[in-house]
Order: sequence, then structure tokens, then C-alpha cells
Amino acid sequence: MSAHAVMTRERRDEEAPVVEVAWEGQVVGARQDVEERAKALDRLRLSDNIFKLMTRSAAIFVLALLGGVMLALFLGSLPALNEFGLDFFLSQSWNPVTEKFGALAPIYGTLVTSLIAMMIAVPFGLLIAMFLTELCPMWLRRPIGIAIELLAGIPSIIYGIWGLFVLAPFLQQHVQPGVIATFANVPGLSALFAGPPYGIGIFTAGLILAIMVLPFVTSISRDVFEAVPPVLKEAAYGLGCSTWEVMRYVVLPYTRVGVIGGVMLGLGRALGETMAVTFVIGNAHKISSSLLAPGTTISATIANEFTEAVGDLYTSSLIALGLILFFITFVVLAIARYLLLRIERRIG
Amino acid sequence: MVASVGATLIGLSWLALILGALFWEGFSGLSLRVFTENTPPPGSDGGLLNAIIGSLIATVLAVAIGTPIGILAGTYMAEYGRHDKLTSVVRFINDILLSAPSIVIGLFIYEVMVRPMGHFSGIAGAVALAVIVIPVVVRTTEDMLLLVPNTMREAAASIGLPRSLMIQKIAYRAARSGIITGILLAIARVSGETAPLLFTALNNQFYSTNLNAPMASLPAVIFQFALSPYKDWQKLAWTGALIITLSVLALSIVARALTGARKSS
Amino acid sequence: MNFIKTIVAAGLLAAATLPARAADISGAGATFPYPIYAKWADAYKKETGNGLNYQSIGSGGGIKQITARTVTFGASDMPLKPEELEKAGLIQFPTVMGGIVPVVNLDGIQSGELTIDGPTLAKIYLGEIKAWDDPAIKKLNPSTKLPSQAIVVAHRSDGSGTTFIFTNYLAKVSADWKSKVGSNTAVEWPTGIGAKGNEGVANNVVQTKGAIGYVESAYAKQNKLTTTKMINKDGKTVAPAPGAFQAAAAGADWAHAPGFYMILTDEKGAEAWPIAGATFILLPKQPQDAAAATEALKFFAWAYAKGDQMAQDLDYIPMPDSVVKVVQKVWSSEVKDSSGKPLFAASN
Repeated sequence: MSAHAVMTRERRDEEAPVVEVAWEGQVVGARQDVEERAKALDRLRLSDNIFKLMTRSAAIFVLALLGGVMLALFLGSLPALNEFGLDFFLSQSWNPVTEKFGALAPIYGTLVTSLIAMMIAVPFGLLIAMFLTELCPMWLRRPIGIAIELLAGIPSIIYGIWGLFVLAPFLQQHVQPGVIATFANVPGLSALFAGPPYGIGIFTAGLILAIMVLPFVTSISRDVFEAVPPVLKEAAYGLGCSTWEVMRYVVLPYTRVGVIGGVMLGLGRALGETMAVTFVIGNAHKISSSLLAPGTTISATIANEFTEAVGDLYTSSLIALGLILFFITFVVLAIARYLLLRIERRIG
Repeated sequence: MVASVGATLIGLSWLALILGALFWEGFSGLSLRVFTENTPPPGSDGGLLNAIIGSLIATVLAVAIGTPIGILAGTYMAEYGRHDKLTSVVRFINDILLSAPSIVIGLFIYEVMVRPMGHFSGIAGAVALAVIVIPVVVRTTEDMLLLVPNTMREAAASIGLPRSLMIQKIAYRAARSGIITGILLAIARVSGETAPLLFTALNNQFYSTNLNAPMASLPAVIFQFALSPYKDWQKLAWTGALIITLSVLALSIVARALTGARKSS
Repeated sequence: MNFIKTIVAAGLLAAATLPARAADISGAGATFPYPIYAKWADAYKKETGNGLNYQSIGSGGGIKQITARTVTFGASDMPLKPEELEKAGLIQFPTVMGGIVPVVNLDGIQSGELTIDGPTLAKIYLGEIKAWDDPAIKKLNPSTKLPSQAIVVAHRSDGSGTTFIFTNYLAKVSADWKSKVGSNTAVEWPTGIGAKGNEGVANNVVQTKGAIGYVESAYAKQNKLTTTKMINKDGKTVAPAPGAFQAAAAGADWAHAPGFYMILTDEKGAEAWPIAGATFILLPKQPQDAAAATEALKFFAWAYAKGDQMAQDLDYIPMPDSVVKVVQKVWSSEVKDSSGKPLFAASN
């Protein structure tokens, strides 16, 4: 103890007892310490448990939420399902006048447009994320990242209006005639790209969807790519791998789960997207072999007709469509999950 | 690698095309009046004040309700129940919720809130948006927490840090930028949602901040005005869309700035 | 500094004009009259301080909401039949009228240079007449040079009152249409591409050579689309003008239409435009919120008295005074509070 400390201590003896305790605590407080620590530990244990309980409740709440939505949809769609039974899933007819409804055309349209969207958006999104994490100069990273995220911020209806006024006419005049002519004599593909060029149709809707889900795939992929420990990448570079090889053999395997998460986010968005699709898909309750022909999706049908649907059976059929969309999502996700498991096994 | 540069350029050119159209149509309509006057009838001057205020209230409320639930649920899945049944079920359910068409969410809230209350209300709109926020936040929170290396958790455990503190102090910090990205994506997603608001908050021609009465919102106004025959209404619709887009842009920039310079490798 | 002042002033103004609970009138429904109701509401608020909030969610939505009593009044472009009104405990009355006009996109053909009649229009929409130089069209337009172009049929994809009125007309003039397609806010179209809203149909017609569509007259006028003349029930050729729409309403016998169930298609009269219709308000006979319902009736009485010019400015046709008298009689005799006291006293 320094002289100064002794002095202060003597002075403190005549002064405030509060400080006294604090000082003497080193000696006296051993017993108190044990009690304090026990108390603190109890408190921690309590808050620990409360936190865990909160997280668990939140997880269960998410379950309950979907349960509620499903139940509401199920009850709403009972009249239609009772009326049409299995035919509802197999019939292409959609006739509000005679009240005969079938969901086949919107089911087909939903699946095909989402498939087109993912085929375009996933490679693009991964490549852009790759560019942003590996190649892009530092000063450019943030602006480009924000720019891509902006695509997610543009309201859905604006995509729709833009698609109708800008994209569709452009495709109709400059792209589709060429495509139709190119594939006209190729067996198989000729049916897939048969005219006439309307500009709006299944393919245009898929393209708009691809633009819309791109930021989801890109943002998430970039975030997980950046989470790869630099050591791993440096080791690979050290072995003389090219950027491409590092991506292919180090980054992608390491971040696989996260990338799939991003793809799922995008796919979820694509399956359920409403307004943008409604404007550019042509809304025909028909299944045609050509990707350039007008079609319809489940969500577009609901958005188009729900607000004007008069009559219980009509409304109920639209709600049943919503239920089917849930079911489709369910199946698509289950398949994706299964594929993921297989990949995991193959890699070991 | 040329491919990835090309992809980026194409992605950016899409953006340029859409933004170009937005600015072309909406920029000339941006004036002080937009922020100080209410939505006009066709043929008169006006702004979007009631819609902007309504949208702000609804979005803030939705994020305030949805984000804590989403983060907590995501935390459970990544930290506590990594391998239990509940987690795998919730993950699956959550992905389904993600793709629920927003109009269906609107119908659900209509049944459980609007009908029992007997009238449309701003709060019902906010809850509908919160239901859209939750799955996005759950998904990103879980993914980001899973990426936090386990060595961090072990280090925290070795110095006797309780689990809840470890999560709050270490895991959240490590996953912060990712989680914020998730919240941003969620905000971006609800900022343009029309369908769930139509049957919950309805819309309001006049200024109203009463959460118990119909409340205006930008997307609903954009939707109604864009499809109208009147040029002045269509212009306001474009301007409104531009405002939403610029707000999301500003949010992105602020969030990026907050999370600091991103780690470079 | 000025900017801040403006904001503060706006804030104060907004706070000062918060609507009182007492006069909280809300209405929802048809999209077609939305602009004029918005304009009336704005002017009414300036004059009386009472706000009325009308939102366009679709006719079906309006009927559903007023049936569920979540709004003060509903609005529909499709009138309910008297028995439907009885079942739901509602009255209905017309507010304004409008016409629906065929629009085309043909090289070298201006507005009014093409004449078409009902049966031909039905055949085009059935997909039976496929080209513009079809003998049936040639016969109606002997002096016009018609191209040998394929006809692209454009129709609404969303449910709408416009479609209801258009198909109602086609069903009246074509037995084939009546049996094969029928009439509703949405139908199963035999051919063509569907677009969302008048906007979408107008755009499809403008973008596609050889297209024909149908839109509300306000749309055709505001967007300067190429309209056709039509041959009406009396065999006269008429151009789509406000006078012709009014003539369609003039021949109608409103006083003897139970529940004002009146569809103004294919009406008699030399001047009458064949495809016209009114839009309707639905109000409970015994409103739960009598104060709000009284306010709503006051609003519509004001609109009938002072709103004609505003309606004409926006290309709507106001109701003739003779009809207004009948409507107000119905108000005072049918709409009562829980004690059986009428909510509205006719002022003459």
C-alpha cells in the first residue's frame, strides 16, 4: 500500500462509511461475495431461461400463425371442394357464369412461371454475389450492393406497369418474332415457342419474376459468401486455385445451406407474387404448349377476381386456389429439401 | 469470371431501365406539395401526405411487431433447437409462409380482426404487414446465426458466459449485418404491398392517424391512381412509387452505414 | 425556414381537420364511380366539414362488405335483384351513369370511321369473325377500306362492372353469346387476351395492330383512343357521346323498376347508345349506425343537387331529376332507425 493510500485511508476512517465498505470489502466481503455471486448466477439462470422460453414461444407462434392461415383458408374453401371434389384439380374450366371452376390452368401457370424465374435468377444472383465478394473493387461494392437491393424495394405494382408498358411491347416487337422464327423448324421447341407474339404471356411473367427475385438471391448469397472464413479461401488461393475454383470448391460447399435459403426466399416470392404477374401474363384460363401464349397463375387469378366475385361458390373457389398455392409451396419445398439432403449425403 | 461481371452488368441495367422509367414519369411530380397536401380528387392539385403518413405508421408498427418475434424464433432455431423436431417443422412452415400470397394474408386478418371489430382499421393493416415481415426475418436470422462459427460460442462458454448473454452479446453481433439485411428485405417487401391492406386498413381519402379507423397507404393510392383514366392521378401514382423506392434506397444506405464497413477479405 | 413553417402549418392544419367520430361515413365497392365519389367527397368536406371516405375495392367487395356491415354503404356497378336486396336487408339506388365503347387499332382508321352492330361484335368476341375484312364487317362499312388483318380480341381479366354491362349487352343481341358465354362481372372468354383494368385493355389495344377492346367512355376520351360508332336497337347509327348515353337512360322506366334494378343496355330511342349502365349505392334498411347512414343520405342528396357539373367534368352522366325524386321517396319510406323513424325527410 502506498503512502498516499495510507493517508487517504486514515482520512477516510473519519469520513463516509459508504466508501469504507467499498474499501474494506476486499477483506470483509468474501462472505458477501459468495452470496452475491449466487444471487447473480440465479438472476442469470432466470434470464437465461426466460430468454430461451421467449425464443421457443416465438418459434411456436410462427407455427400457430400458419395454422391459423391454413384453417381460415380451409374453412373458406370447403364449399368449392365439396361441390367439385377432385375435378377442381383436374379441370381447366373457369366459368363464373355457370359456376364451374377448375384450378388446372392457374396451377400450371404458377409452376412454369416460377421455374422460368428461378432458371434465370439463380445463376445470375450467384454470379453477381460472386462478383461482389471476390472481384469487385472495394469502393464499388457498396453502391452495387445497394443498387441490387433496390430492385427489391420497387413496389410490385410498378414492376407490373413497367412490364406492361415497357417490357412487353419491347419483347413483342424485337425479341419474340425472332425467337419464333428461330425455333419454328426445331421439333419440340417449335411448340414451346409458337406464336403469335403477343408480348405478354407466360415467358414475360417469368422474366419479370426473375428480376423481382434477383435481389433476394443476390443479397443472401453475398452475405453468406462474406461469412466464409478468409483462412479457407486464402489456403485455397495459396494452393494456386483460381477464383473460379475457390468459389466452386471452397465457398459454395461451405455456404450451401445459406445459398439454398436465399433461393428458397426467392422461390417463395416467385410462387406468391401477385400484382406484377397480373399485368403481364395475359390472364387466360388455358394451358397452351407455347411459353409465349397467355396463361394465368393462382395469385393473379385471386387478385383479378376476388374483389369482384359475387356468389359464395365463386369466392370459395378463389379461396380454394389460395389453399392449393399453399399446398404447391409445401410440395416444392419438400422436394427442394430432399434434394438438399441428397447433396449433403453425396458430399458426405 | 467474365460471366459474373456480365451478370452484374445485366442486373444493373435492369435496374437502370426500371429506375429510368420511375424517374422519367415520377420525378417531375416531386414537389413540396406532395408532402404537405392530401390526395386530391381528379382535376385538382394535391399531394400524398395522408398516404405517406399512413404508410409510415403501418410499416413502423409492422416492423415493431414482426421483427422481435422473427428474431426470437430464428434464434431458437439456430441456437437452442438446432437439431430438434420443432425447428425442422418451423423452418418448413416458415418457408411456406414466405410464399403465401399477400392477398391470402389479408383475407386471414380480415377474418380474425376486421370482422370481429366490425370495421376496417389501420391497426389491422399493420398486423397484416407484420405477418409478412415475420417469415422473412425468421429465415435470415436463422441462416445468419448458423454461419457464426462455433468456436466463438465455445470461447464464450469457456469464460463462463451464460448462453443467453452469449447469444445477445456475441452471436447477434457477429450476425448483425445479415440480420439487418433481413429486416431491410422485409421492409422493402411490405413497403409496396397493396393486397393485404385493401381488406384490412382499406384506405382513406383524408388525413387520419386514428388506428381504429380506415387509414391511407401509399401502395393502395398508387394502385387506385395508376389504373385511373386521369393523367394527374397517374402522375401522382408514379411519384408515389418513386418515393417508396427512394425510401428503400435511403434505408439500405443507412443500414449499411450503421453496420460499418463490411469485412473485406 | 419557410419549409419548416409549411410543415408545421400542414401539421397543425391536419391536426385541426381530424374527422370527428360522429360523422364517420365509409363506403367501399365499385371502381367505376371512384373518381367522382372522391371529387364529391372533397367538395362536400370543403362545404360542410364532414368527410366521407369511399374506397374502390370492386363491386363484389362492396356487396360483401355492406352485407357484413363493415362499411356505411356499399357500391356496385352490377345492380342486385330485388330478391337479393330483400335477403340482405338493403336498398339500392343509382348515382351516375356511363357508357362503354368499343375501341380499335387499325391503320388509317380514325374515331367514328368504323361502324359496328351488336351481333357482329358478339361474333368477334366469340372468335367466329377472325379478320377485319370479313363480309359482315364490310357490309356495315361499305365505304371504309378495311385491311385483311387478323382481329386480336382484348378483354378485361379482372372481374368488373364494365365486363358485366358489356356481356349483358352481347347476351341481349346474340342468342349464341347468351347460351355459350353468358353475362357476369367475369366470364369464360372464348378467345383473346385479358388485361387488368381499363388501363390494361386500353394499352393492349394501343400496342397491338388489329386489336379491338371495350373501355369506359372516360378512358376512351382521356386517352384519345379510336372509338367506333354503333347501330342501336332502333337501327340508327350513333356516336359515343354524352348525349347518346343520356338518351339510353331517358327511355328507361325507373319508377316501375323494383329496387331500381335497371341495366341500360340495348335501350330504345333513336339517339340511345346501346351499351350504357348506371352505378349503384347499397344501404341497409335498418342501419346499425343510424347517424352515419343519415350523414351518407345527406351526402348523396347534396351530390344529386350540386354534383352534376362535377360529374360531367369527369365524363360521367348525372341522373335525370325525375329519377332523383323517385330515389328520395324510397329513402324516406324505406330507410329507418331501430325505432322505425325515417332517417331522411324528402324536401318537397
